[in-house]
Amino acid sequence: MSQPNVSKPAVPGSAVVAEVRRPRAAASAARRDSWLRRLPLLPALVYVFLITQIPFALTVYYSFFSWNLLRPGSFQFAGLQNYAAVLTESSTRIAIVNTVVLTLCAVAIAVVIGVLIALLLNREVFGKGVLRTLMIGPFLVMPTAAALIWKDTLLNPIFGLVDYVLSPIGLGHVDWVNRFPMATIVTIEVWRWTPFMMLIVMAGLQSQNLETLEAARVDGADAIATFRYITLPFIRPFIELGALLGSLFIVQTFDSIFMTTQGGPGQATTNIPFLLYLVAFQGFDVGKASAIGVFAVILTMIVATFALRTLFTIFHVEARR
Amino acid sequence: MSIATVRRRGALLGGSRSFWSLLAWVVAILFFFPVLWMVLEALKTEAQAASIPPTILFVPTLEQFQAVLSRDFPPFFINSAIATIGSTMLVILLGLPAAYALAIRPVKRTRDALFFFISTRFLPFAASLVPLYILARDLHLLDNILALIVIYTTINLPLGVWLLRSFLLEIPNDLFEAARVDGAGFFDELVGIVLPLVMPGLAATALICLIFTWNEFFYAVNLTSSVAATSPIFLVGFISGRGLFYAKLSAAATLASLPVLLAGWIAQKQLIRGLTMGAVK
Amino acid sequence: MQNPLAALSFRLSERAPGTARPLATRLAGLVVAVLAAAACSPGAGGGGGGGAQTTITMAAVDNPQMEDLQKLVPEFQAQHSNIQVKIVILPENQLRQQVTQDIATHSGRYDLATIGTYEVPLWAKNGWIENLGPYIQKASSYDANDLIAGVSKALSYKDSLYAVPFYGESSFLMYRKDLLQQAGVTMSEHPTWDEVAAAARKVNDPGKGISGICLRGLPGWGEQLAPLDTMVNTFGGRWYDPQWNAQLTSAKFKSAVSFYVDLVKSAGEPGAANDGFTECLSIYNGGKAAMWYDATVGASNLTGSAAQNSGFAYAPVKDTKYSGWLWAWALGMPSSSSKKDAAWTFMSWATSKDYIKLVGSKLGWSHVPPGTRSSTYQLSEYQSVAGPYAKITLDSIAQADVNHPTVDPVPYTGVQYVDIPEFQELGTQVSQQIAAALAGTATVDQALQQSQQFADAVGKNYRPK
Repeated sequence: MSQPNVSKPAVPGSAVVAEVRRPRAAASAARRDSWLRRLPLLPALVYVFLITQIPFALTVYYSFFSWNLLRPGSFQFAGLQNYAAVLTESSTRIAIVNTVVLTLCAVAIAVVIGVLIALLLNREVFGKGVLRTLMIGPFLVMPTAAALIWKDTLLNPIFGLVDYVLSPIGLGHVDWVNRFPMATIVTIEVWRWTPFMMLIVMAGLQSQNLETLEAARVDGADAIATFRYITLPFIRPFIELGALLGSLFIVQTFDSIFMTTQGGPGQATTNIPFLLYLVAFQGFDVGKASAIGVFAVILTMIVATFALRTLFTIFHVEARR
Repeated sequence: MSIATVRRRGALLGGSRSFWSLLAWVVAILFFFPVLWMVLEALKTEAQAASIPPTILFVPTLEQFQAVLSRDFPPFFINSAIATIGSTMLVILLGLPAAYALAIRPVKRTRDALFFFISTRFLPFAASLVPLYILARDLHLLDNILALIVIYTTINLPLGVWLLRSFLLEIPNDLFEAARVDGAGFFDELVGIVLPLVMPGLAATALICLIFTWNEFFYAVNLTSSVAATSPIFLVGFISGRGLFYAKLSAAATLASLPVLLAGWIAQKQLIRGLTMGAVK
Repeated sequence: MQNPLAALSFRLSERAPGTARPLATRLAGLVVAVLAAAACSPGAGGGGGGGAQTTITMAAVDNPQMEDLQKLVPEFQAQHSNIQVKIVILPENQLRQQVTQDIATHSGRYDLATIGTYEVPLWAKNGWIENLGPYIQKASSYDANDLIAGVSKALSYKDSLYAVPFYGESSFLMYRKDLLQQAGVTMSEHPTWDEVAAAARKVNDPGKGISGICLRGLPGWGEQLAPLDTMVNTFGGRWYDPQWNAQLTSAKFKSAVSFYVDLVKSAGEPGAANDGFTECLSIYNGGKAAMWYDATVGASNLTGSAAQNSGFAYAPVKDTKYSGWLWAWALGMPSSSSKKDAAWTFMSWATSKDYIKLVGSKLGWSHVPPGTRSSTYQLSEYQSVAGPYAKITLDSIAQADVNHPTVDPVPYTGVQYVDIPEFQELGTQVSQQIAAALAGTATVDQALQQSQQFADAVGKNYRPK
């Protein structure tokens, strides 16, 4: 926050009075400015706070009770029992590992492919608008329907299209979904989220200053150098943003797992959301599900704090005015 | 500059517009193919849709679309439209000022605010669903489209705030300096400088929010039943336990995706328009 | 302070002539329109509609028979103009979860729901669904005695009917007479599993892409476990002994699961862990499997050469005389509903003899819901359509007994499931383990060891302390 310009008054006596008055005026002006800055933020902040924290408080509350919807009258205080169960069961550990693997792989691959395609579509190509709309396609279709199309009409070893196409070269009757379950889920998620990454990076590419690019070209820089020293640093915040937001969503992957592998074979593709689904909506164990949820939040907070502080430059507040 | 450099530059920059166009089209079609396949399945009979080997050449039929539409699609569509447009508008209305407060005239605790917004997305839906359901029931908001609008806005606000903040950060400081010298206040800044320049970003954000809410299933199915049910619920109703359904499901999915496709196309125009505005700088 | 929206349009028109202004006004118009629509939509307000009309909301599973019911609702409303019926169709998993949640928390969203033989005894015990006995007694033309006995019993609690059957099925073997003949194999009407396995291995022809048999492997307590459990039962195995000790690692249980996995691996369809009812139907219809052991309703879904050349046999057995499963979708009335009389009117109409005739005449006799009333099987029109498999279907349903599903005594009911609330989660977990065995990523022993642990944890809840 900048200080107002204080200039020396002409009359010495009044200078003392003036200087006493100015700090107070400066202080209250500073406070007013600070509140004015906060004002635009408040509606969104208050809204989100109310709607998310009240249910979350309830979730935390339920996590200390044992409550099975299928057994009426089972609502009882259980202390830390649910948490003990969550921390000792192997299912939790497996789910965490699966979640990490799935998220890291899917985000990394989607970001790389998304950036490449954004660069490609940013060039002078025929029918840019149509191309972009086509690329958004995977992002548009309802995830449940898309996953079912993938599993049955594309990847099925007997009547799927992929099998039909690969049979002539000897890769027929491969049970993709069950022999490579995690790879299948990663593929479907990459397919679905690359357009998202592409959109964000493209919006960033388009806000580049054309004069800078032109100047670089005139100075003799080739495409690779321009990309490396001008474009890439410019779009880095957008890439990071895409990766961050994409991770938030991919961590919650549920539809594709539910429709293709059902968390299996075994527990090979059971991630935290799917485990929660099993516990909450097939076991109807609200208490344990709440405990898993709280546990997931705490874990994600730790990881996110670390990641945001070290990895992401977008999280650092730029000095402005 | 030597001939070799020029040739190298030419080869890398690809003076050949058609080469890059071809590559772009191949990539786009590859990505779009599963969607295309789904639309094709929608034009087949059920037997053709599940045939071995897959039917590539066939006579298209509209019977699946007829079957889908005979299940009274309009109410679901209208509910989806209300929930989606309503929540997206709210996200922009609440999110743009918030992003402004976190980018252009930053608040003291910007990082904390940003982190808070992100942290609201950490809880998986299955854990919060039962509490939300019970709250909605007690507030008599079950099967009410307003409940969905409220929840979707909450889900998308963090996304909107972070996205819009990034776009706002791109606006060069000099514009604000110049405006301040001219004596512009907060509203003048927002409306005169920010809005025109953040249009492509706004369009991208709105499109992304639109897509997420249009396809959202689990909150919708839990908080609605007959009156406020949305398109995804209509869609999954075609997943039959005892019969072939791929063609009908594909038809329903195609119908349900059309509005979002249209929105994507319109947003294209905004994205491209933003480019010309930037060049005029 | 100026109206921000007005300032918006003014400023924008200054800065970017022509392009932004239409957008701003369009945006403003949209906002107004959306808020108006939200305020006026029936979901938001109280909604109009007066008079003596009752609206009942029904949650239904997506089966072809339910779709037909939805199509025929106008017929019902023509006869009963004061009752409006809204049907919400959901896939089985979602339906079960929604209805359970609704009923358990007394939310009253649904006045009527499709529930199965699994839920009825459990929910009746909790008092969640209405006892239909009094309603049936008052309805003289309903003829509850016409309902197939086994189905009726499975939908009853303490000898009173708690849900009326809309659709019933058992399981049997469908096979391609032509493909079996080519391989020189004949199938008896009451085959044993050994006979079926031998036939499958003989007909199995990977070169031509034809599998000997198609069996479900898709994880899910209602998917893979349905046929597998019937095999366990007829091999003499069981999930729990009368003291609620889990028996998944017992010799007979293991022998059944090993047999299933071996059969699938040696003569079953590739990628079996992907396949549920729908996938196997596609495979059998496409002529890629010579046999298919699954629900009796599969027969009415056959098309093309599969339809013309199929023979039917009773569910294969080993140590029992019959082994078909029993499943019925029935209409139940949540106790929290406030429109019980209207709901009863509809559900009795939908499961009456008249409805069956209505479906037959309006939509075709192959659309008639099977497995509910004995009188259906006496209609000549139905016989002419379902002839080859109608008798076996009826017999299989009649012989399936949810109260005595196994060779040795068990503390639970249910043929292809264990009728306890925990089975939804337990069954899915166990089927995931077995799917791993089918996919080759685990051995049967490993799968059963892990499954035994899951089952034992659940059994503990029931053991006398």
